[in-house]
Amino acid sequence: MSAGGQQSPGPVVQVAGVNKVFETAGGGRTNALENIDLAIGADEFVSLIGPSGCGKSTLLRLIGDLTSPTSGTVTVNGKPARQARLDRDYGIVFQAPVLFDWRTVQANVALPLEVKGTPGTERDQRVRSMLELVELKDFARHYPYQLSGGMQQRVSIARALALEPSILLMDEPFGALDEMTRERLNAEVQRIWQETGTTIVFVTHSIPEAVFLSSRVVVMSPRPGRIVRIIDVDLPRPRTDDTRETARYFELITEVRETLRGRRVATSDGAAVASAERTMAEGAVG
Amino acid sequence: MTAGTAELAGPRRDPGARLIRQVRGQAPAIVVFVSVLVVWEVGVGALALQSFILPRPSAIATAFVAEWQTLQLAARNTLYEALGGLVIGVTAGVLTAFAVSRWARVREAVLPIAIGASAVPIIAAAPIMSNWFGILNPFAKMAIVILLVYFPMLINVARGLSQVEPSALELMQASAASEGQVLRKVRIPNALPYFFTGLKVCTTLSLIGAVVAEYFGGSSDVLGRVIVQSSSRLRFDITWAAIAITAISGIVMYVVALVVERAVIPWHASQRAAES
Repeated sequence: MSAGGQQSPGPVVQVAGVNKVFETAGGGRTNALENIDLAIGADEFVSLIGPSGCGKSTLLRLIGDLTSPTSGTVTVNGKPARQARLDRDYGIVFQAPVLFDWRTVQANVALPLEVKGTPGTERDQRVRSMLELVELKDFARHYPYQLSGGMQQRVSIARALALEPSILLMDEPFGALDEMTRERLNAEVQRIWQETGTTIVFVTHSIPEAVFLSSRVVVMSPRPGRIVRIIDVDLPRPRTDDTRETARYFELITEVRETLRGRRVATSDGAAVASAERTMAEGAVG
Repeated sequence: MTAGTAELAGPRRDPGARLIRQVRGQAPAIVVFVSVLVVWEVGVGALALQSFILPRPSAIATAFVAEWQTLQLAARNTLYEALGGLVIGVTAGVLTAFAVSRWARVREAVLPIAIGASAVPIIAAAPIMSNWFGILNPFAKMAIVILLVYFPMLINVARGLSQVEPSALELMQASAASEGQVLRKVRIPNALPYFFTGLKVCTTLSLIGAVVAEYFGGSSDVLGRVIVQSSSRLRFDITWAAIAITAISGIVMYVVALVVERAVIPWHASQRAAES
């Protein structure tokens, strides 16, 4: 089911030597990202985790060409990120569902297909199968306001997958949902990932969520935004509610948490570690 | 209808029941309105007020019927000025709003002036318009209406076209949407509620503009002149009747705008609140 013809031998996403500097209002400069190197292979599920201000969302937006790097390169499917965007190689899900009030559920899902110019019958089929995928086909004719927050976010996932993208970018998609809904949707995203074979890059604040979903967890620290460590998650698939009770799951959660606190990071830059720790203490990571 | 519909508050319900519910919803307003009329009628008698101070509602109703020929002709002429000005002014305001939201340079040049101009008591320019277009030319009154409605329309629609959620634009960007597609699929639907907010204000404004512009002279078969002339003859029953027909015209225009709004943007939060 994955986007055909794009299984290039190299990584799907290749971030090389990327720096991102923001000019602040007072004329200052913030290093949002410093020296980022990251390769993401086909069919991987990679989470970016870190405290507020570590640049994880910025990194996601760089991959999606919603912003461009100050220096360095972002290559997606072997081409510049911009070309990948114009080729509609990826779908995106934000923290807010960003559904259009004036469109029904099915019309919202159809939006990217309309933009691409997919013919009507094919479009309808595609919308139907996407709504089946997120188990919302009974709600096709509803308006967004008639749905719960979790259902709205599922519509937005269906929309992001409508064009069969090879990469799905998700920016804290479940950050605004309650814990129960979040866990249910985590299971659902795992299923969708396995069914579609889409590469997923997933930004989150939640350690359990990152561990449960990912094949790799990229731990980042703020000021300047850096990759501290990449942790492989070797939990067997499919992961279920039982996975959440295994010893290995807890070990991995502890590992991610301690990396976030900077305990295991052998670094000469004490300041960066201290600042990461302070941010944790402020409860920025939930 | 799908199985899921029953569980949720659907937008479609029995229209007959809805009408009854709406009328019932208006009941307090109707009761107050009728009470005011009764108190007015009885109070004028009890206080022995002269009819040139405050005529009874019954006297106004009598004048309304007796002067119907004059009033309906005047109302028709005034509505022609108001509606003509409204259509031209709204169209011009919307077109300018598109230009303003499309080109930053135009926005920087036009918006401050528009916001300033909307604070100017434009009605004061009525004698100038009569001078330019001729005192008997209905367009002299339309011009005032155009000026009155142009700026609120421009500001409202420009706001609706440009104040789009940034993530909605990013979503379109991620789908590699063209600028035209963003306009059609995001900006215009987003601007519709703003357009109707502006339009509802402008229906009322257009009538005020036309009637007040008429005070400054011109054809006598218009509501503004009927009001001025009847009051100078101390026939305040006719004045009140003319005010009543002006009010009714304004309410009808407003309600038409409201009905169109409901039909066009049933998905908008303001409409959902109105429904429940």
